[in-house]
Amino acid sequence: MCLAIPGKIVELSPDLPHLALVDVAGVRRKVDLGLLQDDPPAVGEWVLIHVGFAMSKIGEAEAADQMRTLKLLGEDAAAIEEVRGYGFGQPEPTEPQADGA
Amino acid sequence: MRFVDEFRDPELITRASEEIRRLADPHRHYRIMEVCGGHTHAIHRFGLTDVLPPNIELIHGPGCPVCVLPMGRIDDGLALAKEPGVIFAAFGDMMRVPGTHGSPLEHKARGMDVRIVYSPSDALKLARANPEKHVMFFAIGFETTAPSTALTLMRAESEGIRNFSVFCNHVTIIPAIRAILDSPDMRIDAFIGPGHVSTVIGCRPYEWIARDEGKPIVVSGFEPADLLQSIVMLLRQLSEGTARVENQYRRVVPWEGNRAALAAMAQTFTLRPYFEWRGLGFISQSALGIADRYAAWDAERVFQVQGVRVTDPKAAQCGEVLKGVLKPVQCKLFGKECTPERPVGALMVSSEGSCAAYYNYEHRKGTGQASRVATPA
Repeated sequence: MCLAIPGKIVELSPDLPHLALVDVAGVRRKVDLGLLQDDPPAVGEWVLIHVGFAMSKIGEAEAADQMRTLKLLGEDAAAIEEVRGYGFGQPEPTEPQADGA
Repeated sequence: MRFVDEFRDPELITRASEEIRRLADPHRHYRIMEVCGGHTHAIHRFGLTDVLPPNIELIHGPGCPVCVLPMGRIDDGLALAKEPGVIFAAFGDMMRVPGTHGSPLEHKARGMDVRIVYSPSDALKLARANPEKHVMFFAIGFETTAPSTALTLMRAESEGIRNFSVFCNHVTIIPAIRAILDSPDMRIDAFIGPGHVSTVIGCRPYEWIARDEGKPIVVSGFEPADLLQSIVMLLRQLSEGTARVENQYRRVVPWEGNRAALAAMAQTFTLRPYFEWRGLGFISQSALGIADRYAAWDAERVFQVQGVRVTDPKAAQCGEVLKGVLKPVQCKLFGKECTPERPVGALMVSSEGSCAAYYNYEHRKGTGQASRVATPA
């Protein structure tokens, strides 16, 4: 939760400007760019992500560093699992409904 | 030290280790606190204490959000989730944290509607998808996660989503450092400042630590080269008798932090007069509550909260370990009743908790299973 996940902006959403498609080690999910509104990233730029929100812009070398750090810490699988779990922009019925109260 | 050839700049690691030995005064004992739980994890994972001279002691700080949350807050949150039609949503890290009557995961097994979310906005999405239910997001974390909760509250307001609320347990790192410096049984010489928290708050909020308390602080990255270099920078300051804020993690942390994130937090949160931290007790102005404008999304105002206070299990010494007064192995339950598989205290749950870090990397070293890592729930 306190370790950021690096991702590359691959697509901006023209209709939902606060969302962007990012690529994290091959996994593509939407993340929220709302916290970078002062200096929004462009396609091809790299960001650090916490809980589905891009928190800072970084360079490509720093992104590679951060991915290696996660790997060395044994946290890369958990990070990818987190990114896979982000539900923005996914169709609504994908939520698990099996265990209602 | 482990996996040395995979690290960024192995030469830098060797040079930094030599520099540490040169700078450390053999007649002095250094107590350096790493504030952030991510650093605690890295230090144990990489075996950094093995390359430090014995008179440099690393004290593990309060920067593990799951670990500092008192059990009463978990009980309160779970009690609200018993209300009819409520969905309890939380990050995976929370799921195995024990409350008095079991963890959120155990409550789920007994029929409570508990969902893991990876982002506060996924909790909001759950509310959109389930208009007949009320989704309560159990928010935890320092300044790395608080801005995301803030923006989610703003989105809930602008979209007019009323079946969503936040049970807010966000805490802020600066008052915890102040409490540690004020505590008579904690003598700390210098601080390794948190890396990713600082991308949000920047380096300015640490200035008083150097100016008023005379303690050096270096904001650090997470790789061995980063942490060793930060220790070199701290020892240099200590040997010169100076105290400054330095930023070793400049490649990621801007001095000014993230203004948009701070603005979102300022708009949606208010400082609580005081908040209880496990191990540190009540700390004034150390946690975020929800601002009046967003009262309709504040679980503590939408529902009746009991305000439960629970003392930790008597035999568990989480508090002393959190304060660095005891090492994890000195706790009577460590590795016996309390293990990452069956945690009694929160420090054993999170991979950022010092007990889990000790257990996985130090304790298992003796049993030949050193490199096993507890993956977060």
